[in-house]
Amino acid sequence: MPEFALTTPYGTLIALVAMAGVTYLCRASGVIFMNRIAIGPRLARALRALPGSIVIATILPIAAQAGSPAFLGIAAAIGAMIATRMEVAAIAAGLVAIALARALGL
Amino acid sequence: MCGPTPIPDAQAGWQTRSSGACSGACDQASDGEMLRRKEEYPFRKPNCQTVMSRPPRPAFTLAGARLGARLALPLLPGAMVFASAFGAAAAQKGLELWQTMAFSATVFAGASQMVALEVWQDPWTLSGLLVVTVLVATVNARMILMGAAIQPYMVGASRGQVAAVTFVLADANWLIGMRYHGEGGRDIGVVFGAGLMLWCGWVAATLPGHLAGAVVPDPERFGLDLVMPIFFAAMLVPMWKGARPAIPWAVAGSAALIAQALIPGYAFIIVGALAGAIAGAVIDDA
Repeated sequence: MPEFALTTPYGTLIALVAMAGVTYLCRASGVIFMNRIAIGPRLARALRALPGSIVIATILPIAAQAGSPAFLGIAAAIGAMIATRMEVAAIAAGLVAIALARALGL
Repeated sequence: MCGPTPIPDAQAGWQTRSSGACSGACDQASDGEMLRRKEEYPFRKPNCQTVMSRPPRPAFTLAGARLGARLALPLLPGAMVFASAFGAAAAQKGLELWQTMAFSATVFAGASQMVALEVWQDPWTLSGLLVVTVLVATVNARMILMGAAIQPYMVGASRGQVAAVTFVLADANWLIGMRYHGEGGRDIGVVFGAGLMLWCGWVAATLPGHLAGAVVPDPERFGLDLVMPIFFAAMLVPMWKGARPAIPWAVAGSAALIAQALIPGYAFIIVGALAGAIAGAVIDDA
């Protein structure tokens, strides 16, 4: 693809408009168009599997790239979330685990 | 009737009108669990239209918006923590304050905002813009289903009302709305009010996050470069519904790792997510 990036200073603005546009399209299209389309069990299952799949597909490669501190942090966050069910506690546990692991040179 | 932690007094006004015929989202999530289980949707249209006669136009009132705002209050802290984490992550990716704030205000969808940061570039290339747009659309595709599920309650609403409600449609207020309407409520101001409350908290909490994230020296030492994967990992806990529904997750993870090895950039998120969705469609999780 042509690398035209340096010719426009509005790249971020274009990105923001594009992201806001597709997101609003997702929000509104269900209400506006989907009243005539029946959602079959197959499509429903696919969409039910989507959120978790997105999460896994995002964090696994990132953690694989970042190495063992990332996996320790993820494990700590999941453990804290199971124990407390509080997002704040999970994030704190994860960050502490990563900071410790990196301080120890893992 | 729907869980161990009923919302105090707020629901008294409409609980009495409960038809009993439409359980909707009600049996899917109790009030206190709404945020915890926000990724779980019934994904079916409630068939309330056939059993209830409704006026040609749903109401859209200030009282409804107030009720919705009150119903959203318990979900506000979690949303604001997420927004602060996003603000901090955005600052570290080099977004300016106005860009971060405009991002939160116009996109207003946490997971997609976090994922977009992972592929952020400045200056942008054409392929970079394409990737970030497709990525955000993929993450937010679930909203199409959410909109379809709540659509029966909005038949007859004016275009402006539909535009306003859909602009603030998010996981939490969608669940609130499905429950409210499932029990016979007819005021779409409730979904709007709940969404507006969440939107205000979302945008407001982005600001301190960005300011804090911008001043932390050596963010990697504190693991701040990995805030997003940590938050995502924590979100898996309330999404866990047993091993069988998680089979698509394993497929998604494997596909993403393979894609990461083969394709440069961040296409692995899209490849993995689609593989997981296809696995979900093929595997009967019932």
